Amino acid sequence: MMASSLRIVAYGLRAGAIFAGAALGVANFANAAETARVADAAEPVRVMSAASLGFDDARLLLTRTGFGATPAEIAAYASLTREKAVARLLDATVTTAVTPPPSEITEAASMRRPDREASADERKTFRQQQNRAGLALRAWWVHEMLVTPSPLTERMTLFWHGHFVSSQQKVRLTPLMYRQNVTLRANAVGNFATLLHAAGKDPAMMVYLDTVQNRTGKPNENFAREVMELFTLGEGRYSEQDIKEAARAFTGWSIDRDSGAYVFRPRLHDEGMKTVFGHTGRFDGDAVLDLILARPETSQFITSELWREFVSPDPDPREVTRIAAVFRASNYAIKPLLRELFLSDSFYASANRATLVKSPADLVVGTLHSLDILPANALPYAVACASMGQNLFSPPNVKGWPGGEAWINTNTLLARKQFLERIARADNFGAEGNGVAPATTTTADRATHDIRFDAGRWFAQIPADSGGDAPSRATRVLLPLPAVDPIASDIDAPNAVRRTLQDAAYQLE
Amino acid sequence: MQSSLTSLSRRRFLQSTSALAVVASAGAKLTFAAAPRGAGYEKLLVLIELKGGNDGFNTLVPYTDSAYYALRPKLAIAPDAVVQLTDRAGLHPALAPLKALWDDKSLAVLQGVGYPDPNLSHFRSIEIWDTASKSAEYLQDGWLTRTFAASPTPAGFAADGVIIGSNDMGPLAGGGTRAIALADTAQFLRRARLVHVEEARGNKALLHVLKTEGDIVKAAARLDGDHEFATVFPATPFGNAVKTASRVIANRAGIAAVRITLNGFDTHVAQVATQARLLTDLGQGLVALRSALLEIDRWDSTLALTYAEFGRRPQENRSAGTDHGTASVHFATGGRVRGGLYGEAPNLAALTANTNVAHAIDFRRVYATALDNWWNVDAQATLGGRFAPLPYIRT
Repeated sequence: MMASSLRIVAYGLRAGAIFAGAALGVANFANAAETARVADAAEPVRVMSAASLGFDDARLLLTRTGFGATPAEIAAYASLTREKAVARLLDATVTTAVTPPPSEITEAASMRRPDREASADERKTFRQQQNRAGLALRAWWVHEMLVTPSPLTERMTLFWHGHFVSSQQKVRLTPLMYRQNVTLRANAVGNFATLLHAAGKDPAMMVYLDTVQNRTGKPNENFAREVMELFTLGEGRYSEQDIKEAARAFTGWSIDRDSGAYVFRPRLHDEGMKTVFGHTGRFDGDAVLDLILARPETSQFITSELWREFVSPDPDPREVTRIAAVFRASNYAIKPLLRELFLSDSFYASANRATLVKSPADLVVGTLHSLDILPANALPYAVACASMGQNLFSPPNVKGWPGGEAWINTNTLLARKQFLERIARADNFGAEGNGVAPATTTTADRATHDIRFDAGRWFAQIPADSGGDAPSRATRVLLPLPAVDPIASDIDAPNAVRRTLQDAAYQLE
Repeated sequence: MQSSLTSLSRRRFLQSTSALAVVASAGAKLTFAAAPRGAGYEKLLVLIELKGGNDGFNTLVPYTDSAYYALRPKLAIAPDAVVQLTDRAGLHPALAPLKALWDDKSLAVLQGVGYPDPNLSHFRSIEIWDTASKSAEYLQDGWLTRTFAASPTPAGFAADGVIIGSNDMGPLAGGGTRAIALADTAQFLRRARLVHVEEARGNKALLHVLKTEGDIVKAAARLDGDHEFATVFPATPFGNAVKTASRVIANRAGIAAVRITLNGFDTHVAQVATQARLLTDLGQGLVALRSALLEIDRWDSTLALTYAEFGRRPQENRSAGTDHGTASVHFATGGRVRGGLYGEAPNLAALTANTNVAHAIDFRRVYATALDNWWNVDAQATLGGRFAPLPYIRT
């Protein structure tokens, strides 16, 4: 925190002038970073700028740290300085969801999977119950993403879901997946060290990575390997021996069969000496996690991952080193890290605009949010995410969703475009809309039947200086870049939105 | 010689396509230099993924082996129930439709297909198969992606490959290929109308989106998707996928590879009914594929291969199912396949309790055969090593 406040915003007065200019032109993505680099080259110090963000940078900040943004929300941030805007975002975070958990979760009391003696009917009943609860859980989360007072909190909860991966496909007990989500949210912007310990002892995680099978004399290395490779250090920054020894330390971590809660079973724990990263002792699992946290690679790895989430696919090594140091100095408090990322010139650099591919959740929830649409039932939107390759609570494997360009193939791109077309035509304005239900073939298509987009109200939120014609105004709110396929200026407002959603640039953030 | 043969068949291709005008307008791009060694992509490769890991021991049953019956008190298939192929091996009864292919010697049964140092994770093992890597080697691109990068398909092709009904690009994963993923040709073409070709420009992410749009438009221009077959396809999701695959193939606009997925083989519990249903799907689906491709005169230029991340454990578990195993049985079929048994059945009597079997055929030899002897491309360039082809293709 201290370090960052001593930093100097390099664009100073000159950049302030550019920003003022940016506020006037739709396509003028002012390159503050260019100016910054010139100043940076001499001395890496920074003075805080009094300049306001302006509409385009406010849009960038809100859409990258949340799920879309309405014109009114962008306008509210446009007058803030970078510092104030980032502080407001970080101050608004929450630790619990505002949407009450679905009754399917609270009522799915049984924490037991059918045992070997269970009949086929019992297994079927169990499976159906878990499937129902799983769908309700997905709808619950998508609804929370739509209504949360802090989109950043949900964005980070989703980030940690893709980082500390567990999947309902293996865990099968839906209430455990819900509890994991609650844990991820509670720590989403809290402290990474706390989160790591909580994620390791999270019952869904312990099922997913076989911690419950790991016992003295019969070690299972699954969690020990992934915690180092995927959750903290990164591949190759540990030895196979470190994994073997760490696995012994994690023995005894278990789950109470009735409550589904974490329990330590001393009789299953390997009390012997272990040597991890050259340190020797009678380590237990928590001690090993602390050894991992003591390694500088952990802060670097997490900083890089968050850079890829928020800034660009290619972390800047110098910046990562600087921000990781802030992260460590704060004892793994996550907010100072995010603050550095969101204040960094790289975050706003023109070279990094539109370099991130929207995740399906970002595309689906972000589109609804940006257009100020709140559907009564969120389930079809969770299903839409799945059809685009992001089935919440069921990442494909322990690495999570690969993300980036892997989100887009011909099938998922067409699913995305079809979804966007349905959303755009949900208003009464479209040539084929008019409230007539089109012949539908997919759930994603059906998803759009209960929603309405109020184009008049929406356009009225856009600042008057955004240009007169509807396409300019729509693209300024919705696109990170000028439209790849320019839209004729005489097109009407609703179709301007529709065309903008179909532009290739809309897939990016 | 090779290249003139190839160009002849390519010309025949192009003449028959309904999108002739489109191809002709792109004529300047149609050079053969791009396909070294005269890559024979007029021959089609159909990959059928048995997702979850099919139980090979109940697919090709060693029905005279007492060790098999001892390992599987609940799951073993009785000698009089199997579809006998030889005096020792017989197919699961649900695969009875394949007997006709066996009898006309166009069904190769590959026994013990796997790899050294097997990994028992679904995800990791299918990654090994899809990228054709060693067990401890991590590769980015799918093995077909690498193949098409080294030996491109002709520019007039609708796509390098088509993935039917899955978002997982599998062997076509990674940059560079023109891989189309679609669930249904009509839906693909309807949705493709939303896409316009735009000039490729911008950063890497935008270029990727624009390239994907271009792939869609290009494929949509060459696919018509409404070929009606006399063949009746099974009324199951897999049957529909086979039908979609057949329609894609019927376009003759040029597709080098098609991947279809049959899902649900992870039979840890109550395997008997599940596997019977899936193998019924597989058997009927393969027969329907053959029938459809015979209708359009493509069966002789089609090689279909099954694959999966692994097989199941020889010994059944306590839930009347089987756990993750290693090597398994796979099929190769097509008009130019040399039928018969390949590899060898594992010696079940030699197994210690609850262990897995060693492989008899490295799966990369199966790929090498398709690359070297079917497509006439450099298998070593794709596989990063020399893997001897198997003689399952008639030359």
